[in-house]
Amino acid sequence: MNVRRINWPLWVALLLTLAGFMSYFFIFVWIPFTRDFPWANFVLFLLAGVLLVMGLRRGFASDRPHPVRSKIISVLVSAFCVLVMGFFAFAYFVIGRQLPASKGAPQVGQRAPDFTLPDTTGKQVSLNELMTTPINGKAPRGVLLIFYRGYW
Amino acid sequence: MRGIEKSLDKLNEAGIRPVAISVDAPDASRDLAQKAGYTFPLLSDQKVEVIRRYDLVHAGAGENGHDIARPAEFLLDSTGTVRWINVTENYWVRARPEQVLEVSKLLK
Repeated sequence: MNVRRINWPLWVALLLTLAGFMSYFFIFVWIPFTRDFPWANFVLFLLAGVLLVMGLRRGFASDRPHPVRSKIISVLVSAFCVLVMGFFAFAYFVIGRQLPASKGAPQVGQRAPDFTLPDTTGKQVSLNELMTTPINGKAPRGVLLIFYRGYW
Repeated sequence: MRGIEKSLDKLNEAGIRPVAISVDAPDASRDLAQKAGYTFPLLSDQKVEVIRRYDLVHAGAGENGHDIARPAEFLLDSTGTVRWINVTENYWVRARPEQVLEVSKLLK
């Protein structure tokens, strides 16, 4: 098989795009350095973008053995990659920031509002219990309240 | 929360008890705990009362337009006083266990 016939930059760009998308959820989300801002993913996307341009030029070169097929495939793959990258950026920059302000949340130095809520077994648990039930035989020094979106 | 679970031993050593709150029913929280392997308490605020008291309602953001909680974290000391808050503006950006461990040193 003639190596010239394979549009390798195009296919490597596709792999980099998919890797750039999925690596956040499987790898980079675990590393504090790459989690809060997914720059490592954007670096992969940048590389993919450069290769896509190369792949498109190659796809439209006059020496392709199947000129029509080559053009169609390079355009389709490029469009798919741009969509994936665009979706990732949209999810981070737009969807991620659609959160309401929370001016009335308890501030540092204020007393946290008390509550009693059921746990996963249905047992009622109060904030006071959470603050006083020993951890490993010692009185707790603090409670970390984590509010999360949940499954609904 | 996966990060919190991973660091749970360290947090417990520092005397910190993590507790997560959402609008999920106890059954749904139990499924989540089983699937994700969470061993810290998950509490159920189906009526969005506590979430409202903490001003963390994300109106209509849940399934069928239900109100849910926007993500936020609070570290309370043993007297119930807030010592540190993290009300994120981007839900990709959450409190890191390392941050919590760092501020937990300031607790008495």
